[in-house]
Amino acid sequence: MKTFRLGGVHPHDNKITAAVPFRKVPVPEEVTIPLDQHIGAPATVCIAVGDKVKAGQTIGNPGGFVSAAVHSSVSGTVKRIDRVRDAWGVYHPCVIITVEGDEWLEGIDTSDTLVKECALEPKEILDKITASGIVGLGGACFPTQVKLMPPKDCKIDTLIVNAVECEPYLTHNHRLMLEKGDEIMVGVQILLKALGIKKAIIGVENNKRDAIEHLQSLLPTYNISGYDIEVTPLKLKYPQGGEKQLIQALTGRVVRSGAIPAATGAVVQNVATVFAVYEAVQKNKPITEIALTVSGKRVANPGNFILRIGTPLSAAVDMAGGIPDGTGKLICGGPMMGRSMVHLNTPANKRTSAVVMLDESEAVRGKVENCIRCGKCVEACPMGLEPYLLSKMSKMEMYDEAEQHQIFDCIECGCCAFSCPSNRPLLDYVRLGKAQVMSIMKSRNNK
Amino acid sequence: MVLSSVLVLTIIGLVSAVLLYFLLQKFKVEEDPRIDQVQEVLPGANCGGCGSAGCRNFAERCVKADSLEGLNCPVGGAETMKKVGGILGLAAAESTPMVAVVKCQTVCNERPVTSKYDGALNCHISQTLFTGESTCPYSCLGYGDCVNACKFGALSISPKTGSIVVDPDKCTGCGSCVKACPKHIMELRKKWPKNRQIYVKCTNEDKGGIARKDCATACIGCSKCVKECQFEAITVTNNLAHIDTMKCRLCRKCVAVCPTGAIVAENFPKINN
Repeated sequence: MKTFRLGGVHPHDNKITAAVPFRKVPVPEEVTIPLDQHIGAPATVCIAVGDKVKAGQTIGNPGGFVSAAVHSSVSGTVKRIDRVRDAWGVYHPCVIITVEGDEWLEGIDTSDTLVKECALEPKEILDKITASGIVGLGGACFPTQVKLMPPKDCKIDTLIVNAVECEPYLTHNHRLMLEKGDEIMVGVQILLKALGIKKAIIGVENNKRDAIEHLQSLLPTYNISGYDIEVTPLKLKYPQGGEKQLIQALTGRVVRSGAIPAATGAVVQNVATVFAVYEAVQKNKPITEIALTVSGKRVANPGNFILRIGTPLSAAVDMAGGIPDGTGKLICGGPMMGRSMVHLNTPANKRTSAVVMLDESEAVRGKVENCIRCGKCVEACPMGLEPYLLSKMSKMEMYDEAEQHQIFDCIECGCCAFSCPSNRPLLDYVRLGKAQVMSIMKSRNNK
Repeated sequence: MVLSSVLVLTIIGLVSAVLLYFLLQKFKVEEDPRIDQVQEVLPGANCGGCGSAGCRNFAERCVKADSLEGLNCPVGGAETMKKVGGILGLAAAESTPMVAVVKCQTVCNERPVTSKYDGALNCHISQTLFTGESTCPYSCLGYGDCVNACKFGALSISPKTGSIVVDPDKCTGCGSCVKACPKHIMELRKKWPKNRQIYVKCTNEDKGGIARKDCATACIGCSKCVKECQFEAITVTNNLAHIDTMKCRLCRKCVAVCPTGAIVAENFPKINN
């Protein structure tokens, strides 16, 4: 079975919610919609306080080329446009809307009927994706339309659909494949049309057998008129869902240091993004809802939820049975790459994928010991870096040396810290060094 | 046997000495001898407070310059600059001695603690993850990046309160801590006799109500101090008061009117009530 070549670790996958179907979280009385739910410039507000908005209406236009539109997820009145603190105390520009009823903008199809035919031209598809505020829903939130318009010197021949979901506990992509398989296939066809190619590979890790079989059973229906869609099971290994790792696992091509993934001829899109593209193009429905896994070993009723953007995460956690006693950390995202939150009263947005509640015993960091030069971090690093060295360099502010050792190639997957027997905060320091080196490089390029 | 080895080594030594002498003459780098003289009188801390990459670099800049305007060694102060001026035959520019202050009260019982951080104890790392263990997003994180940056041992973390303490006698005003703090809490202020100091010990830019909820001693931007000040030293921008250190005359009227105690007066004799 295929997998990427260098490094990687095997955390226990803990996919306890894989068999739990999606549940809808009721629309709250008030939503807080951040205007910077993506990488790049925040959206610029195009409504005013007191305006009546409908669900699906644009409330923020893209603030630049790398930016995305933001839409209202509910119908109601705009109460405030203000800075709001998130779960980490950082301020974000937000639009706060008081909910009144649930009225969608005209032209948006909220039914579940499958629309297979797409007669649009590639340019029209891209315009619709831009207007619908679609961003990469795998966590990075990079605007999708930018990814679909690669530089001219990159010749794209393959679309890779990232359905790996290699983070432990997370299952919402798995459920999406089981419940919305047809929609995903149509979405893949739309993306292929937008890119002007025929070949797509859907990469799924082998712990989702039912999803692989379901998608494979759909292939004959959709592999018509020249489309060549393939579902490839992958050997379990973290971080398989990393863009560069997945390209290597599925095509054997290597993204060179400093190059963009599109230089290999492959464009990678997350499976949730593909579904969002289907909804935007076929149903005119912008991203107004996100899927969220609420999980943890002691959670009473863990599961997968669909909630409107702007709903506090606590609403979904309450439906899952609340925070169990003895919880040590609440993590936004998966346990490998997620960040632990201070509180749950923070709005769900395009960046949110899961709330994982870890026990005190699981959550605690081990006592930091001296580095014993065992080399486990070097072995685990999927980018072929030397984390023990890079973290030491960052700590000693040796940024020139860190740059020579390609610290900017780090994908921040956390394999080094996971594998360290001395519990050293390797990633913490590498991330610090990476940020410093990136800013030094940027200021050098601007000169 | 011994004699021959002594002889051989002596000859090698002599030949090398002659060779090195001629090579030195050929490849000699002409350097202004005054650079060495200037470097001699500099403190040699290599702190970077002058804006140069170490003391040698600063000495080079001084020798090259036509006047000492804008060149100041904050560590050595006026005395050192006078000596430098003496060597170079230039008039030393006037400079005000500065001292660092911590613009956050960070006494943990005055601000509610909402979380516990167990990552690497470094302010910059913690800063990229969240805004701190307390409710106030502007507050001092307390992991001591400034303490590590200080080359003079002037900063320490109080074991009692966890807050950063400046020893004004040791502080040279080089500004290393100001650059090191990711929260921009450190500030350089004019050094007064007896280390007296009046300043707004807060960096919270939130509106009054929110700031007050975050911390009992936060500046709420009420502007009472602005009205009280006779020297027009105080301004309020973004709900935060700031006292211009060059205009302040230490009259302490603003300290008395501050409703939250955000303006502090340090090292003054106690007023009898």
